[in-house]
Amino acid sequence: MSILRYIKPTFWEHEDVGESPFGHLFDFRKIWRLAVILSAVIALLPVVTTGIFDYRVTKEAMEAEIQLRTARLVSNTRRTVSFFLAERKAALDFISHHHTFKELTDEGFLTNVLAVLQRTYGGFTDLGIITAQGKQKTYVGPYELEGTDYSHENWFQEVLHGGSYVSDVFLGFRNVPHLIIAVKHVLPGGGFFVLRASIDTERFNSLLSELEVSTGGDAFIINRQGVLQTPPRYHGAVLEKSLLPVPAFSERTRVYERAKEPSESLVIGYAYIEETPFILMIVKQKDELMRPWYETRMTLLGFMAASITTILLVIVAVATHLVNKIHVADEKRLIVMHQAEYANRMASIGRLAAGVAHEINNPLEIINQKAGLIKDLFTYKEKYTDDAKLMDLVNWILRSVDRCGAITRRLLNFARHVDMSVEEVKIETVIDEVLGFLGKEAEYRGIEVNIDVDDRIPSLETDRGKLQQVFLNLANNALAAIEGTGQLNITVTSHDDTSIKIEVSDTGRGIPKKAMDRIFEPFFSTRKKEGGTGLGLSITYGLVRELGGRIRVESELGKGTTFTIILPININKERFAHERPTGR
Amino acid sequence: MNVLLVDDEEQLISALAERLSIRGLNTQWASTCDDAIQLAEQTDFEVAVLDVKMPKMCGIELKKVLQGKCPRMKFIFVTGHGSEENYRKGLAEGGEAYYLVKPLNIEVLIQRIYDITNT
Repeated sequence: MSILRYIKPTFWEHEDVGESPFGHLFDFRKIWRLAVILSAVIALLPVVTTGIFDYRVTKEAMEAEIQLRTARLVSNTRRTVSFFLAERKAALDFISHHHTFKELTDEGFLTNVLAVLQRTYGGFTDLGIITAQGKQKTYVGPYELEGTDYSHENWFQEVLHGGSYVSDVFLGFRNVPHLIIAVKHVLPGGGFFVLRASIDTERFNSLLSELEVSTGGDAFIINRQGVLQTPPRYHGAVLEKSLLPVPAFSERTRVYERAKEPSESLVIGYAYIEETPFILMIVKQKDELMRPWYETRMTLLGFMAASITTILLVIVAVATHLVNKIHVADEKRLIVMHQAEYANRMASIGRLAAGVAHEINNPLEIINQKAGLIKDLFTYKEKYTDDAKLMDLVNWILRSVDRCGAITRRLLNFARHVDMSVEEVKIETVIDEVLGFLGKEAEYRGIEVNIDVDDRIPSLETDRGKLQQVFLNLANNALAAIEGTGQLNITVTSHDDTSIKIEVSDTGRGIPKKAMDRIFEPFFSTRKKEGGTGLGLSITYGLVRELGGRIRVESELGKGTTFTIILPININKERFAHERPTGR
Repeated sequence: MNVLLVDDEEQLISALAERLSIRGLNTQWASTCDDAIQLAEQTDFEVAVLDVKMPKMCGIELKKVLQGKCPRMKFIFVTGHGSEENYRKGLAEGGEAYYLVKPLNIEVLIQRIYDITNT
């Protein structure tokens, strides 16, 4: 809160002067808010829009790139796997065509063929010739399978219909995963036989395990039932059911995304390998693939946050600065207007007073002379000379005339000095003139007025009108501050060789501590409800400054207030001319 | 001693004239400048008491005219404005003159009349 107090601009706590005829023109907080909001929207909208747009475009491009790369990898691998199987199938096909049934059913010959196949292609475990009736006629390999009847086996039926067959991977007798490739050869005579070979999947597996997939990625083959045909890295064990569902059939390579957990998703590419029960699957961790993009995203977000913060700071600073300037300018304008109004009012009062005094003076003079004549007649005619009562009456009339005359003279004197500039001034005369008007009020309210002017104070060279106003304002304030009876003391003493000290103190209610700092500020008033404009002391302050002096205040709540003015004896005329405010 | 009083307030000037007459001064009065000039042509006044502010012609202008008629005439100005500037102006524009502020004190006025004529 205390930091806020330091950075809070002055206009924030601004209060309008309300009832005064010249109000402030603006609601500064509203202007500030409007400026900040409008500028922020205009400045941030393009930045944020571009940011979001760029974010989405980059993300989509990245995702498309990942899909494309995955699809390419799946396609290439499918070709390799496909080729591996097709190559072996073609080899068997070649053997069945190139050699006669008789040659092939010869065990020695078939052993040679197996040896050649193992040497050239690799992966062949055994070879067998099955007759059209489904009986294994000849077998070379690690088992005793000669004479086995396959006529009711599924695969045999499929070979009969399709001409060739590739089996799922299975464990078999040796407990080693392998698969079977079988080809049918139709003989010229109308019969046929089937050449069947077991393929060790070791070679098959290494094809996939050597595949470069990113961290957390996997490559494996499943059959149409979803059983794993090759050992995956993460997604289960060979011949177990895959954790991933069997993807829908497609002739082409497909890539799809699957959310494994809310925060983790997988990019899965697959392809059905034609003429086999196999589905090739390549699985990648999306987060892993997107990592470079996440880093870019952090940089982007960081940059956005930094620019938005900078823009906002600049906007707030500029708006505050400008609104403050407007506030200061408006405040100055108001002060000048009020000063002009004040000066105008003083001049009007002066003219009015002079007019009244002059108008009254003439009838007053008639009363004076007529009464004087009556007195003369009484005095010179013996008949009335001794009439004490008549003489007394006339004397009373004349004395009252004198009193009225004193008042009109004072009024005229006061009015005359409202517009005047520097002249020789006796300070006690000025005080007497001002107090002449306020004295009666003080007397009625039982306020004791004490004036103590040091005899050694010389005449001042100063602006009498301004000095008059200073005393009038301070005395008025003092009288307003006194509740009930009290004292108003004005003392004038010598301050130093070139200046005098004037103290105006009252025994009034005093000024609260927190108001003391602001007492000379324009529009600050503790009596706003009673119609105070908050300008009296600010104008007094201005007048004292114009007279080349300074003013300070001391106050104790409940005890009273003392205004102290230090005033130069001889005002510097040149400086005075400079300090005269314009418009007066 | 011949004294001329000029003021646009007839009631005032007549009473004042009577009071001066009672005190032994040969006083005549006029409420317009024209009357005052006419009187000055007939009588050789030693002192003129003029109101500073009158219709048509101000006291200071009237003084110039009257000075032409009676060269040894001395002047006392009376004003309801209570302004010393007028006094200074009167002094600057032609020698000796007194300045008095309304309401007038008859004793002061007579004193001034004697002062100004050195009698």
